[in-house]
This record gives sequence, structure tokens and C-alpha cells, in this order.
Amino acid sequence: MLIRKNKHSEPLESEVTDHQVYLNRRQFLNTSATIATATMLPMGLAVAGKEAEPTFTDLVKSDFAAGEEPSTFEAITTYNNFYEFGTSKSSPAVLATEFPDKSQPWKVTIDGECDKPGDYHYDDLIRPFTMEERIYRLRCVEGWSMVIPWVGFSLADLIKRAQPNSRAKYVEFTTLYDPEQMPGQHRKVLDWPYTEGLRMDEAMNPLTLLAVGIYGQELLGQNGAPIRLVVPWKYGFKSIKSIVRIRFVEQLPTSSWMKSGPREYGFYSNVNPEVDHPRWSQSRERRIGEFLKRKTLMFNGYEEQVAHMYSDMDLKKNF
Amino acid sequence: MTVKQLKIVVFITSLVPVCLLIFGLLTNKLGVNPIETLTRETGLWALKFLVLTLAITPLRWLTGWNVLVSIRRMLGLYVFFYALIHMLLYLWLDQFFDINEIIKDIIKRPFITIGFFTFSSLIPLVMTSNNAMVKKLGGKRWKRLHKLTYFIAVASCVHFYMLVKADKFEPLMYGLVIAILLAVRLYKSMSKTSVAKVAVARS
Repeated sequence: MLIRKNKHSEPLESEVTDHQVYLNRRQFLNTSATIATATMLPMGLAVAGKEAEPTFTDLVKSDFAAGEEPSTFEAITTYNNFYEFGTSKSSPAVLATEFPDKSQPWKVTIDGECDKPGDYHYDDLIRPFTMEERIYRLRCVEGWSMVIPWVGFSLADLIKRAQPNSRAKYVEFTTLYDPEQMPGQHRKVLDWPYTEGLRMDEAMNPLTLLAVGIYGQELLGQNGAPIRLVVPWKYGFKSIKSIVRIRFVEQLPTSSWMKSGPREYGFYSNVNPEVDHPRWSQSRERRIGEFLKRKTLMFNGYEEQVAHMYSDMDLKKNF
Repeated sequence: MTVKQLKIVVFITSLVPVCLLIFGLLTNKLGVNPIETLTRETGLWALKFLVLTLAITPLRWLTGWNVLVSIRRMLGLYVFFYALIHMLLYLWLDQFFDINEIIKDIIKRPFITIGFFTFSSLIPLVMTSNNAMVKKLGGKRWKRLHKLTYFIAVASCVHFYMLVKADKFEPLMYGLVIAILLAVRLYKSMSKTSVAKVAVARS
């Protein structure tokens, strides 16, 4: 299936521009520097040390949240569920400033049911692929949402290179396990390391992205640096961060959240306003920065691209 | 410090959290989802005041400072104050006063159900909190009614425990503190009855 690009939805200069990144970034720097001075945290320094020049230029851009304002850089980088850096949403931005440790090169293992397994350094892993900017909605299972301009490439392209064999029915992803770098892992809030999974057709869907950046910049630690998954039609927790392993498997993988609450978090976890989470309704959501709630869209608004994969499934049972 | 002065200090100190929240809201310091922060913080402050209220009696036993009783009612009313804001934030900013949605939510979601009943249980306590009502009910009946606080304390912890996704540490800590505060009461009343029994046996 081809991704159809809506010409009308080309991002406006005013929506996603380097200038805006600059502005947001300055604002963020100013506030974080003030906080850092006030609280003697080394955070401001770490962020301020980064250059504001976009890392990724000349990106092919596609907007999959047509007409919706992208969330600010501040919102995207200070409001994060990343339990490896603490369970409050503000803690990853504080605890992940040095993540990942630049002195240890990031390695990703690709293995399991495929003909071309291998261990890759991050740079080698991403080198073959053309980076794109994709603007996606992100809907958290907790009932809030954002619009994020990711930088990355289709997971499908990487999968094709690994040449999965006929036994490869699912793809399992694993986050780094390193309590030294990820202090949240000292406590067994979830069954570390964090794992997630996709069915092969979901993994091959053109929307499924391996992201390495946001707003033209490299991912920050709190957003899952250096490389993470983005599956925009599923609840945010499916979009696993800081990936170290991609494995092709025959059996349906059990994710960390499925282990944590089997009745609450299913394998599919597609955004679905009709199927409530046992503890809260999923029919509406609060877009970060907005006062009123929005109606949640089926498959987070990506019905056209993904509904065909689930046409013969009972989505209430396969939640 | 006189009792009156103590009361004034407690009254003003107890308003500090809500003032900080309002200040944070006006100066944009509550994070990018201020509504969530407000709801969570007011709920937590209600629980904190509840713990303080329950701590008064054991503290009195421990220290002999009977003056503490004079601030207990005020602390209890602050539980209601923060719980009321918490509840109103839910009704307004989560449900936008949509009665059908609210009723559906209360019926369908156990943690909302518990939260709703916990809040409702505070109301008779607030209504009978003035001296006239104490007199009208009589000390014994008033005391019995206000034992509802123990239910409210346990239910609040359950409400908190049920709403967190994975990290149960914080609600469990509150639960532990409240369990201790209730256990000392139980211990005291049991030893009292056994003392009474011994006294009866001896006579």
C-alpha cells in the first residue's frame, strides 16, 4: 500500500519551520536554565550545550495530522511517560539529559527468524535509509494526545533488509536494560527490559516509523533516543523507546504492559473510542495545550491506512 | 501561643498549597498539562490532610498535648476543601458537567465509584462539624458518625491505588501510614477493654 500524500496538508511554513523550533527551543532553554540555576540541577547546561542548528535537513515532509497544530517542543520534551527514568511525567526530562551515554556506542541487534541477522552500531544501522519528516498524532492510553513532527524512516525498509523468513509472524522490540543509565529500572515497576511487539503486517505498514528525531533535531533522551518506534494508530506505550533489539518471532510476543495488566493492555492496543480501558473511557482525549476535550478518532484517525488489517477481527476481544 | 493563635497559623498554612497551585497556574508553572496537575495535586492534598487529621489523636496520646484537638476539626474541613476542588475539577474539566457521562462513569469505573462515595461520605461529616450539631446529636452519636472518617481514609487509598497505572509505591505508602494510624486506635481500644475486663474480674 502506498502512502497517499495529501497535497492540501503540506505543512505550512508557520506550522513546522526551523524558526519555530528556534523559538520554542529558546523559550525552553530559558526556562530550563532558570530552573537549573534555581535548583542547581545540571539540566540547563546539558541542554544549552546542544546546538540549535537542525541536525536533519532537506527532509521529505508528510503531514498525517492535517490542519492540526504540532505540539510545542517544550510539551514534547517535558511531558513524557518513560518509566525507565521515573514514573512521573516530568522526571524523564530531568533524569535523561545525559542519555544515552555518548562514550558507549549504541548497538542494535537484529535477530530471530530472518536471513540477515546482525549487530549494528547506531550510525551503521540508520545510514542506508532516507530520513523523512512525518507529522503524526500521538494518543496516550491515559487520555491525552499530541501532534509530533518525527524524523525517521519506515520500519518496513529495515525489515526488508533483514529478510525475515516464513516463520517470522511477529516482530518483538526490546529497550535497553541498564539501571546505571536508566535509574527507573532500579525499581521493578514493570518487567524490565521493556518489550513491545507488532504483527508482521503492522510492522510492514508504511505508517510504522523508526524515529531518530523530533523537530529536525536528534531525539532527546526523554523521547527515546537514539532510536524508537512510532505506531501512530496505537496507544503511545506501543511506540517503544531506546531500542536495542529487533527480533523476528513465530509466536505472539508478550509485552511488558501485557504482563503488568493482561486485562487492561492487550497486544493490539489500537486507538479505539468504542473500546474502553477498564478504568477509564477512551471516547475523548485532551490535546495537550487545549482546554476542551476532543473526540478520539478510530485508529487515531488512521483508519484509511490501517483498518484493512483488522477487518476480520473482533476489536473488543482483540483490544 | 494561645489556642486562637495556633488556629490562625494552621488556617493560613493550610491555604498555602491551594495558593501555590493558583500561582503556578497563573505563571504557567504547572507543566504542559496543568489540568492533570491540578486534579492530582488537590486529590493528594485532601489525602495529606486526612492523614494529618487521623494523626492528631495518636499524637495526643504520645505527647499529651491536648491542645492538638482544637485544630482537628479545621484539618478535617480542609480535607473537604481540597476534596471538593478535586471533585469539581473532575466534574468540570474532565466531564464538562455532562450528567449522563458522569453517571455512566460512576457506574462503570470502580475507582470513580469509590471516589464518588468517598467524597459523598465527607458531606455528613462537614454538616455536623459545628458545635451546635455536636450538641444536637450528643457526644456519643456524633462520635459514632465521625468514625466514618476511617472508612473515608481506607477508601481514599483504594481510590488512589486503583488509578495509578503501574507504580503502586505512593498509594501503598499512604495506605501503610493510614493502616498504622488506624491500628494504634484498635490496639488502644482493645487494651482498654481488656483493662476494663480485668477490673470487672477483680471487683
